[in-house]
Amino acid sequence: MTEAATPLWEVFIRPRNGLAHRHVGSLHAHDAKMALQAARDVYTRRGETLSIWVVPSSAIVASDPSEKDMMFEPTASKIYRHPTFYEVPDEVGHM
Amino acid sequence: MQAFSDPRAAWLARLGDATLILGHRLSEWLSRAPTLEEDIAMANLSLDLIGQTRAFYTHACELEGGESDETTLAYRRAEPDYRSPLIVEQPNGNFADTMARHLIFSAYALPLYEKLAGSNDAETAGIATRSSREMAYHLRHAGEWMIRLGDGTAESHDKAQAALDDLWAYVPELFEADDLDRDVAASGFGVDPSTLRENFAAAIGDVLAQATLKKPAERRGQRGGRSGRHSEHLGHVLAQMQFLQRAYPEARW
Repeated sequence: MTEAATPLWEVFIRPRNGLAHRHVGSLHAHDAKMALQAARDVYTRRGETLSIWVVPSSAIVASDPSEKDMMFEPTASKIYRHPTFYEVPDEVGHM
Repeated sequence: MQAFSDPRAAWLARLGDATLILGHRLSEWLSRAPTLEEDIAMANLSLDLIGQTRAFYTHACELEGGESDETTLAYRRAEPDYRSPLIVEQPNGNFADTMARHLIFSAYALPLYEKLAGSNDAETAGIATRSSREMAYHLRHAGEWMIRLGDGTAESHDKAQAALDDLWAYVPELFEADDLDRDVAASGFGVDPSTLRENFAAAIGDVLAQATLKKPAERRGQRGGRSGRHSEHLGHVLAQMQFLQRAYPEARW
């Protein structure tokens, strides 16, 4: 019934509070329109959604987990890159 | 349960009967849908319909006054008391049968609710406005599936066409006005379903063209549900749906 060939889609949701689209999960659908409908049905049942993006999972280029030492480890020791030395006024809100 | 004395209540309860039975039918798909995504989608559609039922029943009981409430109407009546059209009690069949049934029902209910949003009764207008937004999505969901089934493989096309052909016998009943319809429409409270045919034809025609499906020939059709004469299927639906309240009256959860 459900062929293994049904494409996989990644779902991104933007909630009402003004934050950016956030990855919430994935689903199977035959085409973009059905993916959008399925995303609406599966991931927005409890309200608070303003916008949905669906992206074919195959379109996502991912970093190689075996390269994580090279890719990410060097930044761990550079604490001066963290903005933790500044006071952020409350009025600024989300950053 | 006695018949309603207020025609507005009788008419609203009839809308509720249709959404209750169809909502129950859809709920029978839970855990059995073709995909996980569609399982959740059909649960949503089912809950929309049951929510609409509650609103229609509750307001019908307010207008009628007396002892009855939504629970009485949903769970403690017998088959002839239900005035739902025959199409909603038809068995789910295969997925194409269910989507064809839903396409037909939502293409009928959407313009009905849109017109009912102009009711002279504010509460009824509010229920209709909320429900029409839900029904617009139902029409989209069922329509997109019918397009893909019709324009899909040879097998899915044949099943979708067979589903439409079978269910088309139940279409005329949806748009036949009886005295109750004319009465509530004349008073500005309700809607005469015979005025919805063009909206229905336009919505269905649009989907069928994209789906490469043929509109079935007009038939005299099956009717009776809206006056309480049902097919053998409704009794089975009620037996399952009402079991708990019948076996354990006043049960709460």
